[in-house]
Amino acid sequence: MKYKSQQVAYWFFALCMLLFALQVVYGFIMGFARIGMDGLHDFIPFHTARAVHTNLLVVWLLTGFMGAAYYIIPEEAQRELVSVKLAYVQLISLALVGVAAITGYHFNIWEGRKFLEIPRELDYLVVVNVLLFLGIILTTLFKGKRQTTTALVLCMGLLFAALLYLPGMIWFDSQVTDSFFRWWVVHLWVEGVWELIMGGILAFLLIKLTGVDREVIEKWLYVIVGLTFLSGILGTGHHYYYIGVNKIWLIVGGVFSALEPLAFLAMALFAVYMYRKGEKTHPNKIALFWTIGASIVSFIGAGLLGFAHTLPQTNIYTHGTLVTAMHGHYAFWGAYAMIVLAIISYAMPNITGRKKFDNFNGHLAFWLSNVGILGMVVALGVAGVVQVYLERRLGMEFMVAQEEVKIHFVVMLLCASLFATGVGLYIYEFFKFGKPTDEALKKHEEPELIAAS
Amino acid sequence: MLSKSQARAFFLGGTLVTFLAFIGLTVYSFMPSNDQSNHHLIDEQVIRGKHLWETNNCMGCHSLMGEGGYYAPELTKVVDRKGEPMIKAILQSPVTWAPNGRKMGPYEMSEEDAQAMVEFFKWIGQIDLNGFDRVVSPLAKDKANQ
Repeated sequence: MKYKSQQVAYWFFALCMLLFALQVVYGFIMGFARIGMDGLHDFIPFHTARAVHTNLLVVWLLTGFMGAAYYIIPEEAQRELVSVKLAYVQLISLALVGVAAITGYHFNIWEGRKFLEIPRELDYLVVVNVLLFLGIILTTLFKGKRQTTTALVLCMGLLFAALLYLPGMIWFDSQVTDSFFRWWVVHLWVEGVWELIMGGILAFLLIKLTGVDREVIEKWLYVIVGLTFLSGILGTGHHYYYIGVNKIWLIVGGVFSALEPLAFLAMALFAVYMYRKGEKTHPNKIALFWTIGASIVSFIGAGLLGFAHTLPQTNIYTHGTLVTAMHGHYAFWGAYAMIVLAIISYAMPNITGRKKFDNFNGHLAFWLSNVGILGMVVALGVAGVVQVYLERRLGMEFMVAQEEVKIHFVVMLLCASLFATGVGLYIYEFFKFGKPTDEALKKHEEPELIAAS
Repeated sequence: MLSKSQARAFFLGGTLVTFLAFIGLTVYSFMPSNDQSNHHLIDEQVIRGKHLWETNNCMGCHSLMGEGGYYAPELTKVVDRKGEPMIKAILQSPVTWAPNGRKMGPYEMSEEDAQAMVEFFKWIGQIDLNGFDRVVSPLAKDKANQ
């Protein structure tokens, strides 16, 4: 760690860990409800658990991205953050808005729009919070000694993510129009600008971990984010097939969303190639596992599994089924959760000064969580395919088909236990690192570390 | 071999072109002549129904036009399938509704609110969904053919 203000990232990462743990707990509540064990229904009915589960996902990932930016931008811009105090104000206000929203969901205070359940009153506070965050980050970047491509791509992703939140705040009388613009937020986040954030973090990690020349990595970063937008923007059309808008989206969405895996394939090839090209390796093996893992799993989860049901001919059967849930789980895990865990794994030894680079628990956390989620995704996939066949081919009633797929949720819960053990271990290791310390300043310069390894 | 400036031009150019095309297609989709949603049929009742749909987070369990929680039935053609009286009875029920073991809390809606929900569902049921409704609600299709 070169700059003292990078320590702010630790507190964002710590909040991340807490929210992630809570997200997993609510996931279990939903899983048990699906197999008929819904004893908590009077306090936490399914729709509450679902809203909390998905919103916590979004919030912990955004918190992770913000923490990543607070760590990366000073190093890239070669200066301290312009205001550490404001960064803490931003963190506390973010946590307060999150707690208020989650609490409200337990008392029927929400908007019932998938992924965007936060009431509009709180939306305005989110906007203020994000403006503050962007103000700190962008001022630091442009007052800095240099504006690298990695930093610019990361900041562009964060800025666009903030702008794209706005269409979701507009009220529409029509459910069709509402849904149309809701996807401007949700799709263009996760299959658009969040990929810029992921690409920025990935490029930073590859520069640090592999020692490959920055110019080479950043050139390919442009190609990857170019492919992302080229396919992802018009790929939004795959959400418009069957929600009551024009048939032109069947063609546009079909063609461009079929191209979306290319960006993820490029990302995976890019990461693996840079890793192999790097002549020396960094001692932080755990961070390397999460980094390369993120690029590969995101290709499988977001790219391949997305492609599996993105064409209109297939999607007419899978739209609105557990097949979507299957794709969603692996895509979010690979593309975003893993990259956040990668940057945390990389940053923690540098922030705390503890050289826990390569330990048994860290590897165990990686493998347990990855094997666990893969099992969950397979269980969800089988349940989804069975649901499609029974409900949409044989015309079976929804609830009758659900009874038939119950067993797959038992399997999913078993795999989720494995996943939760891995995540628990990761969080345990995180807190074992201890707090940030000034003694860590200017230690662990990458060239020294790489040379030493 | 590709240079960094060429890579940047690919990124910026590709983004600009696809973004403009996306805006153009959005405008095209919402031209009155391309409306598939019977937008002119949206009245106060339908708007009230949508508001109730959102403030009770019905989408957290059910799905509508294929979007929602996948925990409770798709409601796109629910009026055709279940009929108005049954829908209103469920929404006005003072006790938990639990068909096949999955629970839906008691919403105890007023007659006006329950009617608004029905009107909302009726409007949704008439939208041209590019064929999705024929797949997702086979019972409704069978009923229509009788």
